[in-house]
Amino acid sequence: MKIWLWRTILLVLFLAAWEASGGRLVSLFFISRPSLIVAKFWTILIDGTLLRHMAITTGEAIAGFIIGGLAGAALGLLLGRSKVLAETLDPFIVAFYSLPKVALAPMFILWFGVGLQMRVLFTAVIVLFLVFLNTYTGVRNVSRELITVFRLMGASERHMMRMVILPSAFSWIFAGLRLSVPYALIGAIVAEILTGDAGLGYLVENSAAQFDTPGVFAALGGVMLLALALNAVVRLLEKWLMPWHRVEEQR
Amino acid sequence: MTSRIEFRSVAKTFETSGQPIDVVRNIDLAVRPGEIVTLVGPSGCGKSTLLNMTAGLFAPTSGTVLYDAQPVTGMNRRVGYMTQSDHLLPWRSVADNIAAPLQIAGMARTEVGRRTEALIEQVGLAGFAGSYPSQLSGGMRKRTALARLLAYDPDTLLMDEPFGALDAQLRLRLQIELRQLCRKFNKTVLFVTHDLDEAVSVGDRVAIFSPRPGTILQTLAIPLPGDRDMIRLRYDPAFTKTCAQLWEIMAPALVAEEAK
Repeated sequence: MKIWLWRTILLVLFLAAWEASGGRLVSLFFISRPSLIVAKFWTILIDGTLLRHMAITTGEAIAGFIIGGLAGAALGLLLGRSKVLAETLDPFIVAFYSLPKVALAPMFILWFGVGLQMRVLFTAVIVLFLVFLNTYTGVRNVSRELITVFRLMGASERHMMRMVILPSAFSWIFAGLRLSVPYALIGAIVAEILTGDAGLGYLVENSAAQFDTPGVFAALGGVMLLALALNAVVRLLEKWLMPWHRVEEQR
Repeated sequence: MTSRIEFRSVAKTFETSGQPIDVVRNIDLAVRPGEIVTLVGPSGCGKSTLLNMTAGLFAPTSGTVLYDAQPVTGMNRRVGYMTQSDHLLPWRSVADNIAAPLQIAGMARTEVGRRTEALIEQVGLAGFAGSYPSQLSGGMRKRTALARLLAYDPDTLLMDEPFGALDAQLRLRLQIELRQLCRKFNKTVLFVTHDLDEAVSVGDRVAIFSPRPGTILQTLAIPLPGDRDMIRLRYDPAFTKTCAQLWEIMAPALVAEEAK
């Protein structure tokens, strides 16, 4: 309980200092002022601008998340079960992994133009990699003894996949998905800043271009809220889909 | 009567980073159906290797392993495996874990339910059918693993220090239950341990191993009745004497190892 008090005090002090210095110590142009930002936030919230852009970003992030997540999980399962394929592809995967995905954005613009398609696919590629690596690790991490125990029970490859491998990899896949949430947002927002005519990234970029500092901060606030909401959704999904984790936490 | 398991001059060599390492050699051992044979010896002496060869996980470098007079080739589905880690599926409840081998065998749902219920009763887990492994104590997890092993009814149980990580009281209780269940269902057991007391109290016969490369120094019939009272074993002179005898056999090799 006490920690909450400290946090509140810190937040209030920070906002007060900001409010006091904005326009006096530092020009309003650079840091604006919390009261102005809240007012701006309220305006764009009421007239629907914020929600419209937020919906677009959310749509891109979720579509990219689903496409990238499914492809990444499928690829991870395939390579996790096929040693030859995994060893063949290993150096290429490492090489591609070390490439900052953001650097691919210009090429995606070349390939897919500046529309929604590019933004979704760009997000998907970023998510794909994280989920793939996690799934792959998850499949590889299934203990050999466990596999032996089930083979001796007479389990076929199909049984093995359904009873042992997939559920084992499941918590890893989910860890990958949870990790991907901020990256999916990065993908969507970077793509919007570069190409956008809509979305929260566009809103940030557009406000900055018009020297509307409160507008930039208000849009950033929107991004933060969206990230928190997406994280909460993944966490809820995880609890719902993996009830055995819930009981572990209770112990 | 033919042996259930028979090792005929078995040797196994592994390659580790180019270096051949003899794990076991000159193994001759015959296990009768329904017999509990314990394998005791210092760690790394290849006891587990014998279990793995019985299960058909790999073949001996020389010699043969026979199961019911047939050479073991590939996975030997007539055996069940239990190790120190229980290998339960954390996402399945106790009942569903025990049901797994029955589902693999393609048994009808109602039959699976009936059998699972009976097994839960037998291993003393009544009331915990719906619990997840993470909610159970170490002993209960072992019981679940044991029930799962009995569910698919292999004629031989291969046990590799199954009670290694448990405290003394719990270990004793599970040893008692293991003997009772094996007698009741007439299971053949190969039981690996490094604990002399356990080797004597659980086994009908004990094979004592030398350090690596492991060979059987001696095989002893344990002079205790089949329905021995395991709780009072400690006061039984035959038990104490046998433990001392095992130690006498193992000690010289250990001392020699130490002196190297």
